[in-house]
Amino acid sequence: MEKTVNQRAWFLVLPVLVLVAFSSVIPMMTVVNYSFQDSFGGNEFFWVGLEWYQELLRSGRLWDAFGRQLLFSSIILAIEIPLGILVALSMPKKGWAASVCLVLMALPLLIPYNVVGTIWQVFGRADIGLLGRTLSDLGISYNYAQNAFDAWVTVIAMDVWHWTSLVALLAYAGLRSIPSAYYQAAEIDQASRWSVFRYIELPKMRGVLIIAILLRFMDSFMIYTEPFVLTGGGPGNSTTFLSIDLVKMALGQFDLGPAAAFSLMYFLVILLISYVFYTVMITIDKDEAKA
Amino acid sequence: MSAEPRINNRKFRIRPANVVIAGYLLFLLVPIYWLVIMSFKTNSEILSSFTLFPDNFTLENYQTILTDPSWYMGYVNSFIYVSLNTVISLLVALPAAYAFSRYRFFGDNHLFFWLLTNRMAPPAVFALPFFQLYSSVSLFDTHIAVALAHCLFNVPLAVWILEGFMRGIPREIDETAFIDGYGFTRFFTRIFVPMIGPGIGVTAFFCFMFSWVELLLSRTLTSVDAKPITAIMTRTVSASGLDWGVLAAAGVLTIIPGAIVIYFVRNYIAKGFALGRV
Amino acid sequence: MDWMAWTLPTALFFIAIAAMLFGMSLLHMKYPSVARIGVLGIETMRGDRLFISLLGSGFINLAWIGLVDAPQYGALIICGIFAFCVFRWV
Repeated sequence: MEKTVNQRAWFLVLPVLVLVAFSSVIPMMTVVNYSFQDSFGGNEFFWVGLEWYQELLRSGRLWDAFGRQLLFSSIILAIEIPLGILVALSMPKKGWAASVCLVLMALPLLIPYNVVGTIWQVFGRADIGLLGRTLSDLGISYNYAQNAFDAWVTVIAMDVWHWTSLVALLAYAGLRSIPSAYYQAAEIDQASRWSVFRYIELPKMRGVLIIAILLRFMDSFMIYTEPFVLTGGGPGNSTTFLSIDLVKMALGQFDLGPAAAFSLMYFLVILLISYVFYTVMITIDKDEAKA
Repeated sequence: MSAEPRINNRKFRIRPANVVIAGYLLFLLVPIYWLVIMSFKTNSEILSSFTLFPDNFTLENYQTILTDPSWYMGYVNSFIYVSLNTVISLLVALPAAYAFSRYRFFGDNHLFFWLLTNRMAPPAVFALPFFQLYSSVSLFDTHIAVALAHCLFNVPLAVWILEGFMRGIPREIDETAFIDGYGFTRFFTRIFVPMIGPGIGVTAFFCFMFSWVELLLSRTLTSVDAKPITAIMTRTVSASGLDWGVLAAAGVLTIIPGAIVIYFVRNYIAKGFALGRV
Repeated sequence: MDWMAWTLPTALFFIAIAAMLFGMSLLHMKYPSVARIGVLGIETMRGDRLFISLLGSGFINLAWIGLVDAPQYGALIICGIFAFCVFRWV
């Protein structure tokens, strides 16, 4: 179906444009303005040129947070995508069992981010938490508040707990769109489980998996609330991801200039990644429209 | 379905798939279980003894929350700005989604991408300028400020999801209606909106949800009068000598709105989370 | 508008961006651009090429600030070359 050209459609989009411009363009402009200036008390500004950018780009702070962030997002993707696919493949295809699975799996997705943090904060504590207590009873020393490695494991476990269902639900939706004739053909050919997955299921899931990777990458790239509640970015700075560091700088220390420069660089990276994914998505959409 | 008999034959054998699902669901539910039973324990029981089930089952924690205005007003505040946000998002997103799903117009692809970038932008980037913006127009600590701030990601989300639903409706319906002499407004409100009713419901649910779960912006933009429950909870956490039981109860109460509606949207969850692209 | 802390250079920057968008729109109305597939293997219109140029320029400038001690004009020259290449081959 070809869409018709109609320039008056602009009027239908106008309210969104105005509203989102108010929420995004004006703040972005402000951020650009702040990033070139130093401020005293948040109302007197002095032009400092590129100083903040230079300082940030040449200090360890930004790069450390960026490195931690990349590592975190990569680990998250490496665990959640395969696990989500595995769960989706194992889900019942229909009936009440499928409904129960869907509802239970969606539950973590709908919990406020800070409550997710609270749940794991409580769950992992050695004195009052089931996980922490069990581990310490087993003789494993585990303390996410003091040991950086334990903190990382907990944050990752928390994110896997929180978001793997998203990947699974998307993959499941992709799987359900495969006509049963495909499976019947595979059975006649006596195809192995692996080749059914590789040549039927995986290609059909391509579109949804791209979306899953996009969403998981982006959302983990801006993760703030959950680790903030769980570890507060600690111990030390070990779980201080980009957003946590930025908020510390912007609202904790009220360093408008550096925080704005930080924001812009952060946003530029987001923009690049969004564009790459969007382009891939559009290309796949076109491929599927042709097929 | 040729797969059917095979499954039936092995009904009572343990299939690997079932083990995976059971293990995964267990992993999901155990932490929630721990929160829920903690909310029924007294604080002294939580701290002194380690029990899988409350020894002294108590509703005291819930009582504390439901009788203390500094707690329950948090829910009221959250509810107000979340509802405001849902209404605003839907109202502006409906016509825009229709335009994107039906017409080609100058810059449409770029606009659509631009909307996506707003969904992907980290709230942390916007926290500071929002604080300055809403302070300067003296909307700081009002419900409408948070509702508008959440439009940053909810409007794009609503446009994308609704566009996904609208694409599924054949264009012939629009054309027939126009030929029958319906004006655009009448067609849109009388025919089109009722037709995508389920889509609107699902979109509303997701706007509600994403506004409900968000903490950073709502906490930054409020101090007393519009302080949401999520912010109240995190401030309690940082305070010393906190009452774990009450905190757990507050957490459980924030999960309930989602848990109630989830059954009705179960078949659209993937679509909603995937921005309408499934 | 005080809180936005406007300065002349940043105002000029945004005016330049706005002028570019406006100019591209006019150009599009006069000579509608045709999609083509360039070296990146993706279909691009003129607007996409402008976006890629600007995004790339952002990163080039940052790299210059981070790595080189010379004045920022150097980065702008590279950006110009980059933009030319993008419009020519992407």
